[in-house]
Amino acid sequence: MSDAAERGRPGRENPGRATAVPHHWYDDEAGPVVRPYAMTRGRTSAAGRHRLDLIAVVVPEPAADDPGRDQSLSPEHVEIVERCSEQPQSIAELAAGLDLPVGVVRVLVGDLVDEELVHVTRPVPPAQLPDVSILREVINGLRAL
Amino acid sequence: MAFGRSSRKKTPVEPVTLKILVAGGFGVGKTTLVGAVSEIRPLRTEEVLTEAGRPVDDLHGVEAKTTTTVAMDFGRITLREDLVLYLFGTPGQDRFWFLWDELAQGALGAVVLADTRRLEDSFAAIDYFERRGIPFTVAVNCFEGARRYPVETVRAALDLDPEVELVLCDARDRESVKSVLVAVVEHALVLADRAHASAAT
Ligand SMILES: Nc1nc2c(ncn2[C@@H]2O[C@H](COP(=O)(O)OP(=O)(O)OP(=O)(O)O)[C@@H](O)[C@H]2O)c(=O)[nH]1
Ligand SMILES: [Mg+2]
Repeated sequence: MSDAAERGRPGRENPGRATAVPHHWYDDEAGPVVRPYAMTRGRTSAAGRHRLDLIAVVVPEPAADDPGRDQSLSPEHVEIVERCSEQPQSIAELAAGLDLPVGVVRVLVGDLVDEELVHVTRPVPPAQLPDVSILREVINGLRAL
Repeated sequence: MAFGRSSRKKTPVEPVTLKILVAGGFGVGKTTLVGAVSEIRPLRTEEVLTEAGRPVDDLHGVEAKTTTTVAMDFGRITLREDLVLYLFGTPGQDRFWFLWDELAQGALGAVVLADTRRLEDSFAAIDYFERRGIPFTVAVNCFEGARRYPVETVRAALDLDPEVELVLCDARDRESVKSVLVAVVEHALVLADRAHASAAT
């Protein structure tokens, strides 16, 4: 097990003591872990809402032409809209590009969906058989790379 | 629906997105493999996890959480404007198995990278994909200095189902990795064809 994994285990500093979480509680590599949740005002992926798949793609709505006008949007919200306006991006790409945890991106994108500034594509549901013609296209596409 | 400001820009293309997982033991070359074919510099995406069910007090108005950070390799291959393949390197440590479940959902298939010097490191991944019926291909990453074994010997050591393909690869080499991915999708295609055929009868 790597150092990073050990470091990422917050329990080590406060074994079993969730009530005594110090405010400097963060992990060297990841930076503060509390700040991103401040950005979402403490919300985690909204309850009752469909959990956005990592490869679900965020597509701006025409109404998102000028996301800056909406006062309730944070700079991160605006940046998500701007990135996706250039080219629709997946949740995973946004998380990597913005350097934010996936859970935070899910919440922010959920807000934008509620505001009808973006919609999100649904990847093929897991139980469904993959479309054979799509698989053929993937093979051809890979060969042609 | 009428929007006040109809599209000045062309409507964005909504791509079909697919994913392939890259699994295997510690240091077997997962990050290297993803980087060899990804068109974006190897990105690592991180998931913050909440340990559910543990009572926590509020911390400066921010919900206090038991969190940990997991790095996942992540790559993108745009096959066409409307067809995008994502690669996810699965986190290796056992305590992140539950993350695999999310990654595996809807995955088109998986690569299990193996190193002949430490074949046992790939058993867990093979078991995982077998049990979930996710199409996978075993790719033996050929490190210099590692003894070469006949493919049949490796297959036997891994106790692979005859249908599962085993290929040799160099995780640093784009062409080599491309053919590994093609092998995964071809296997998925065979299984999907069969499933459609049996559904039709
Ligand atoms: N010679 C040789 N070296 C390789 C090959 N693939 C990977 N390496 C090297 O092996 C080391 C480990 O490769 P990584 O791609 O980081 O392996 P990993 O599976 O991502 O490792 P973890 O994420 O730590 O589990 C690196 O130093 C690579 O440069 C290969 O095909 N041949
Ligand atoms: Mg790695």
